[in-house]
Amino acid sequence: MPTQGEYMGMMLTIDDLDGENRDFFRYCAEGDFRLQRGKASGLLRYPPTTACPWTGERESEWVQVDGRGTVHSYAEVHHPIQPAFRDKVPYLILLVDLDTQKGEPSEHEALRVAGNLVTADGEFAPPEVIRQVGIGTRVRMVFTEVTEGFALPHWTIDEDAEQPEAPWRYPQE
Amino acid sequence: MSLSSVSDTDASTPKYLRGRYAICGVGETSYRRGSEETTRSLATWAIGNAMADAGMTADDVDGMLSYSGNDSTFSTFVAGDLGIRLNFFMDVHGGGSSTEALIGIAAGVIEAGMCKTVAIFRAMNGYSQVRIGGTGARSAVPITGDMIHSRAYGWQSAGQMFAPTFMRHMYDYGTTPEQIAHVKVAHSKHASNNPKAHYRQRYTVEDVVNSRIICKPLHLLDCCVETDNATCVIVTSIERARDCPGPPAVIQSVAGRVCKPRADMHYQAGPISTVAGHWAKDILWPNAGVGPEDIHITGSYDAFTFTTMLQLEDYGFCKKGEGGEYVSSGAIELGGVRPNNTSGGHLCEGYTHGMSMVIENTRQLRGEVDDSCPKGPDGKRQHTYDYAEGGCRQVKDAEVTANLGWAIPGTGSAMVMAIDNR
Repeated sequence: MPTQGEYMGMMLTIDDLDGENRDFFRYCAEGDFRLQRGKASGLLRYPPTTACPWTGERESEWVQVDGRGTVHSYAEVHHPIQPAFRDKVPYLILLVDLDTQKGEPSEHEALRVAGNLVTADGEFAPPEVIRQVGIGTRVRMVFTEVTEGFALPHWTIDEDAEQPEAPWRYPQE
Repeated sequence: MSLSSVSDTDASTPKYLRGRYAICGVGETSYRRGSEETTRSLATWAIGNAMADAGMTADDVDGMLSYSGNDSTFSTFVAGDLGIRLNFFMDVHGGGSSTEALIGIAAGVIEAGMCKTVAIFRAMNGYSQVRIGGTGARSAVPITGDMIHSRAYGWQSAGQMFAPTFMRHMYDYGTTPEQIAHVKVAHSKHASNNPKAHYRQRYTVEDVVNSRIICKPLHLLDCCVETDNATCVIVTSIERARDCPGPPAVIQSVAGRVCKPRADMHYQAGPISTVAGHWAKDILWPNAGVGPEDIHITGSYDAFTFTTMLQLEDYGFCKKGEGGEYVSSGAIELGGVRPNNTSGGHLCEGYTHGMSMVIENTRQLRGEVDDSCPKGPDGKRQHTYDYAEGGCRQVKDAEVTANLGWAIPGTGSAMVMAIDNR
C-alpha cells in the first residue's frame, strides 16, 4: 500500500517502490530527522537520492542529523497557487543551511533544507512573526503530520539561539 | 566586427556547427488571451507562416521537433495537417531553454543525414487551457515522491521556485527592486513599437515597484504574461537557406540545457545567485568565436525581470554582481549599446517559452522587424530608427545576436546567430 495522506488540500502519495522518500518521511513521522550518508564519501545529502552525488555509490545509511540551521534565502508568497494556501498568505518558504556539513565538500555547498515558517506548534506563522525572519535567522526543525508514518519537516524560530540583530529582509514590507 | 575576434579556445566539441546551419523561416500566430482554438490548430497556423516565410512547401520540410509540458499537440498531427511526410520527428518535454537546445538538435540530425530541414514549434494555450502561472489544472496535479519536497510547501509556480535565487542576489550584491524594474520598463518600450504585442502600454519604474506583490521579490509587473499562441522556426543547412527568399540567420553556436551541479535540486550547490549561464558561456562563446562585447542584440529570457538580469550577468555582459546596474543603465533599451528583447519579450509581447525571442532576433538580423515604419515600393519597411512610442524597433546594422534561454536557475540554453557574411 502506498503511503498517502491529504495535506493542505493536496493528496500526497509516496509509492511503495520509492524506498528513499518512504524512509525519509517515516523517520520524520517519528520526530527523527535523518539523511542518507554515502559510505565511500562520508557525505550527507538532501533531498533523498538513489545514489551519492559525489561518488555515484548506490548504497547509503540513514544518519540522524541535528535539525538546526540558518536561513540562506526565502520566498514570501502573497499570491498562492494551491487553493488551500489562500487563507495562509503571506507565508514563507525557507531554504535553510543546516549547521551540519555547511561549506562542505566545497565552500558554497550546504544541506539546504526547504520548509515553511511555522510556529513552535506547527501552525503557519502569522505576519508579525514573518516580519522577524530573513536571511541569517536561526531556525530549528519541527514536524507536521500528514498521516500515520508520514510527516513533513518545517522550520520555526530557534528560541534558544543567538539571533542576528536584523536578519536581511526584502526592502518592501 | 570579426567573427574570429576572440580566443579560439574550445571548451567542448569541434566547431562543426559554426556557420553551417541557419534559420531560414520564422512564423507565429497572434498573441492572445483566449485563442478559442486547439494547440494543434495554433501549431498548424504558425508552421504554415514559417514555411511561407522560408518560401517552402510541404515537400521541403521533412523534420519536426516540438517541446511542451504535456500541454500541446504532437508533430505527427501537425505534419499530417500540413501534408508533410516526416523523415524525423521528436516531441520533447520541456519549457524555457528548449528553443536553442532543439535548434542544436536540428542541426545535429541534419548533419547526421537523417533529414534535410526541421520545423521546430511550440504551441500553447498558456492562458485559456494550461495556465503557465500554475493556477487552475496545474495546481491540482497529484503530488508524489520527489515533488513532495517542494509542492507540499506551496512551493510550485515558477515565481515561487525561483524567488530564493532572486532574493539571494539582492542579498549578495545589493541589487535593488528599482534597478530590476528597468527590465520591464525597457521591454514595455519595445512592445509599444510592436503591433503584435499583447501588452503595448509603457510602464515606469514606479509602476513596477508599486504593483502588487505576487511572491517576494516579484511584483505583478516583474512577471511575464500568460497568452495563447504558437511559434515556429525552420532550421536547414546554410546552402539550402541561401536559396530561401529572406537572408539566413546563420547559427554560430548553441549551448543546450546546460545545468548547474545537482540538477535534482540545484539549491544544494551554491552560490545560489549564480545561474546556469555561468557554465553555458564556456561552450557558447568559444564555439561562436565571439564574446559578449561583439553582440549587438540580446534575447535574455524574461519569464521575470530578474531572469533577464541574472543571465546577462552570468554570460558576461557585465561583471558578476553588477547586473542591476547594467539593466538600469539604458544599455538594454532600443538606442542603448545592446538592446534586449526588442519585441517586448515574455513580459509584454506574449509568452512562448523562448521561441519568440529567436524569431525576433532572426528578423533583426534580416533588417526586417515588423514595427510601424512605412513600407517602401519594394515592400520592405523604411526604418526610421526613431524609437519613440509607436515608432521603430529595428536596430541599425545588427549583425550578431545572442539568445539566452532560461528553464530554471539551474538550467539554461543559449545561441549566437549572425548575418550571412559570405
